[in-house]
Amino acid sequence: MSALPTRKDEAFRYADLAALAALWPLPVQDIRVAAGETGASAVVLDGANDAAQDIAITLGDGAEYDLRLLNAGSAYGRISVKVTLGKGAKFHLGAAQIAGGEQTAEIVTEVVHAEPDAVSSQVVRSVLGGKAAGTYLGRVVVARGAVGTDGEQSIRAMLLDRTATANARPELEIYADDVKCAHGCAVGELDQQSLFYLAQRGLPPAEAKKLMLHAFIAEAFVGAGEEEALTEAALKALDAVL
Amino acid sequence: MLEIQNLQATVADKPILKGLSLTINAGEIHAIMGPNGAGKSTLGYTLGGRPGYEVTGGTATLDGADLFELEPHERAAAGLFLGFQYPVEIPGVSFVQFLRESANAQRKGRGEAPLSGGEFLKLAKEKAGLLRMDMDMLKRPVNVGFSGGEKKRAEMVQMGILDPKIAILDETDSGLDIDALRICGEGINAIMRKPDKAVLLITHYQRLLDYVKPDFVHVLAGGRIVKSGGPELALELEEHGYEAVAA
Ligand SMILES: Nc1ncnc2c1ncn2[C@@H]1O[C@H](COP(=O)(O)OP(=O)(O)O)[C@@H](O)[C@H]1O
Ligand SMILES: [Mg+2]
Repeated sequence: MSALPTRKDEAFRYADLAALAALWPLPVQDIRVAAGETGASAVVLDGANDAAQDIAITLGDGAEYDLRLLNAGSAYGRISVKVTLGKGAKFHLGAAQIAGGEQTAEIVTEVVHAEPDAVSSQVVRSVLGGKAAGTYLGRVVVARGAVGTDGEQSIRAMLLDRTATANARPELEIYADDVKCAHGCAVGELDQQSLFYLAQRGLPPAEAKKLMLHAFIAEAFVGAGEEEALTEAALKALDAVL
Repeated sequence: MLEIQNLQATVADKPILKGLSLTINAGEIHAIMGPNGAGKSTLGYTLGGRPGYEVTGGTATLDGADLFELEPHERAAAGLFLGFQYPVEIPGVSFVQFLRESANAQRKGRGEAPLSGGEFLKLAKEKAGLLRMDMDMLKRPVNVGFSGGEKKRAEMVQMGILDPKIAILDETDSGLDIDALRICGEGINAIMRKPDKAVLLITHYQRLLDYVKPDFVHVLAGGRIVKSGGPELALELEEHGYEAVAA
């Protein structure tokens, strides 16, 4: 990983290559969790400068990891994560991505179920306004023999403006039998019925929208060790693009 | 209080209300009955300003103010409350959270001081008690995981908190067991049976009207009020059916 990638590289298809050039090469942050151990961390990109992080997580047998991402800076933000799960390991990702203006924000994951009986779940919530582009590329690979795998992806994006773009691509590569993988992926606008319900009770439209977007983004941090702090930081970023 | 004249409305370009007129004065309770698909819910939604329900003719005023000039939240602030036939579930947003904001937005619209957190909780607790609803339910996300009956009771709690001038209650009685029906009926009376308030009940059954006694009963069919009368009309409808009575 030394030469700057090109658009032909799937994982960089939507990247802001000009911004990335200044940050390249990215140091890989190596996280290893020994068998039976648990770990957790959160990455928050909420600064004013272009930022990119590359994380590799290796989980031993029965190890557990909880990763939370907030990609909500005011410039280019990219977080890529590669996770390799041992037998019976558990990985959870909760990520929120918020962008406005002409920003590009992206989260790229590759979760490899290398051994049997591992569980992975990913919840990614994006709110995109202005001409921003938000991308989630998420590959789940189930290796040969990794029976009993449970892999789940719940990917949702809300567009605040017609000019914003969401690229959401959950992908499954399964080489084993007896595997439970599910992905839900939706790009949309806020539920009109809910907005009317709130308005009928007297809530002005801007407030109703804000309340619903807060709830939407907060889903990324449910159950996190630092749930409150992460949610608060996300809502602050959200209010800045509303 | 509420004056509807020759109201015409379409849903998805389909005419549903076809010249509906109805006057409801302060202190009155009216009931609208009618077959499925008659346009009863459409009437409520049109008055509430739900997107997709288009007014193509006629007028509706609330204490002289043209409802159709107002946004849905402004209609609420003007004193209009709609009890939904199918209350919406909103994950991640709690009742107390949105109701306090709603109540205060309404108060602001009327030039009144906002309720403090403590004042609001006291009010919410009182109204929940009236409907025998545990206060903890109001801390949960809006209607999520509520049974049909709990949703209807939660609608009545909201009505109590928001204290509207006029409530249009769309099939509040459907999905209620006998005890919940009585609790809701008594709740409606306690909250709304006052000289300066009015209620429009949309229902299929006499059983709600045993608790909330209407002053007037109307039959809505084909987008119009085709017959009006006193409480006895509801009994007549229950006995003989819409077709026989409204023919
Ligand atoms: N969203 C909608 N799109 C199309 N048609 C609708 C919609 N809502 C209601 N309608 C139609 O309007 C008519 C009146 O419906 P409604 O007001 O719900 O009746 P009621 O409440 O009296 O049973 C029905 O024919 C129904 O099919
Ligand atoms: Mg109806």
